[in-house]
Amino acid sequence: MPRIETEHLAKLAEYPFVVVSWVDDAGYPMSVATEFRADTSGGTVVLEAPAGEALAIPTDRAVNVLGSHIRPTPGQGYDERRYLQLWGTVGPAADGSVVFTPTSAWGWDESEIPFFEYSERSVPQSRRYLAALSEEKGRTIRPRLSLGWLFLRTTRLPFLSATFVPVLLGIAVAARNGSFDVWLALATVIGGAFAHLAINVTNDIFDTLSGADEANVNPTQFSGGSRVLIYDLVTLRQLVALAIGLFGGAAAIGLLLVWATGSAVLLWIGVAGIAVGIAYTAPPLKLVYRGLGEIAVAIGFGPIMLLGAYVVQTGTLSWEAALVSVPVAILVALILYVNEIPDRVGDAAAGKRTLPVQLPQNVVTGAYLAAAVLAFATVVGGVIGNLLPAPTLLALLAAPLAWRVYGGIRQFYTQPYALMSFMGINVNLHLYVGGLLLVGYLVAIVIGLLT
Amino acid sequence: MGWLPAPVERLLDAALVGELTVIGRDGRPITHPLIPLYDGERIYMHSSTLFSRKLEHIKRDPHVSISLTDPVALGGLSDRATIQGTARIIEDDPHSQWERLILDLWRKKEPVIDAFLKMRVALPLFFERAVIEITPKRCLLWENGDTRREPVESVAPGQEAA
Repeated sequence: MPRIETEHLAKLAEYPFVVVSWVDDAGYPMSVATEFRADTSGGTVVLEAPAGEALAIPTDRAVNVLGSHIRPTPGQGYDERRYLQLWGTVGPAADGSVVFTPTSAWGWDESEIPFFEYSERSVPQSRRYLAALSEEKGRTIRPRLSLGWLFLRTTRLPFLSATFVPVLLGIAVAARNGSFDVWLALATVIGGAFAHLAINVTNDIFDTLSGADEANVNPTQFSGGSRVLIYDLVTLRQLVALAIGLFGGAAAIGLLLVWATGSAVLLWIGVAGIAVGIAYTAPPLKLVYRGLGEIAVAIGFGPIMLLGAYVVQTGTLSWEAALVSVPVAILVALILYVNEIPDRVGDAAAGKRTLPVQLPQNVVTGAYLAAAVLAFATVVGGVIGNLLPAPTLLALLAAPLAWRVYGGIRQFYTQPYALMSFMGINVNLHLYVGGLLLVGYLVAIVIGLLT
Repeated sequence: MGWLPAPVERLLDAALVGELTVIGRDGRPITHPLIPLYDGERIYMHSSTLFSRKLEHIKRDPHVSISLTDPVALGGLSDRATIQGTARIIEDDPHSQWERLILDLWRKKEPVIDAFLKMRVALPLFFERAVIEITPKRCLLWENGDTRREPVESVAPGQEAA
């Protein structure tokens, strides 16, 4: 518990009144509100003595003085939460007041430590408490979530858009070139989803074991991992079993597709995808620890997914599919890149040399803008070079989102929770560009059918 | 039913924040701002396992006090009260037992809780909770909140001779 400093008394002075507490002779805490004056130079607090014999503040035992503020906001909960409590002893003063001399302090102010960070920092206490409770009750008591929510959280299911975008685009490019099999397309989407979820779970296992996720006390819905192991919602054994099951599903569907298409290229693409996904956090390569995480994600959720889906339909590779994968690859890497900004302290502590860990703030923000511009320029260049159909220029409609994210990063680089909404816009940027490219291809297919 | 004076019951029904004081391991008082709930007989407070030190303190020493002091958190009521009592921790199933015991009382006072509960997946440990059930023994009431004047004291039936 921190020793008293002038700062504590200055903070206490901001509260309109205090609650004074002590343990009375019957062994019960007694607490009473009273007026006060903080003497910051003297290191004391002058308390107005409450009336009544029962409320005489004792001078022979510890006394607690609390200042508390909270603003109820109907329909939303509370905000401006802060409290500060001091411990010390009292002595008499003139005019019916008592002088409180504090010796230690404790408090919380959500403007200094946001509630979510305060909660994260308290996770070890929750684990200790539940472990002791389990011992006391003679049965294991653990936190729980319903199976559906647990699966969503464990696999980070909403991030599947990172798979759907390249896979559907690969299928669309193939369809425009005259190859489309609905069952193969469906199997590709499902197989890609299995692989993605398996990789998510695997990364979580290694990030938890390395301490990277635990060192991060500012997780958001987009960053910091699923935390299901840290929260003790699942065991390591369960998580490994889930990863094996998902990889098994991905491998089974992948092999089925290789058998159906007879394509050796597809086999190699699949193997490369799984290898990159695992090597992302797993030893010995641990790509993300070596500053290669962004490139690994770009390759895995760009060309590998998109070309893989294209090859399933056509049996061959194509420059057009490779080019379409470039903006998708850049934008998916930018999702990771922006999500790494609030994680950078925890990542650095765990030895993960992500780009935001390695680069200064101005370079990180500037590189975001440059990469986003490159993504859109690739589409424009592809259309000018006649490699992409003109309707794919629809993707440019999403460009303002990139500008908004850039502004958000510049403004809230050091504020994880303020940055969160821009992380969401950044996820949407990838989704919308992918969706608009897809619409562009569908328009081109329809035009092709009509002409 | 309960014995607390009507003005104190009004404070308990209105309070969005009260100060729970418990006795720490070293015998010192520790105070926690919490939302009090009242069923007409007992007072209920609750705590996430994240912030569960207070539960450990209560299990070691069940003597507690609750003060209702802040007009902002009391819906503008200006009276103040302090209630001393004994507490019991209800923690057989931190996942859902509290919902069965106190969710209706909590919802009545703070309807927004349903919206937060729907987002349980986002902060699962926050909703792993234990209930602090407090049986009032003694009560002090300051009408108009002026603690420079002596409070009106009430005690639970059967406590007078104690």
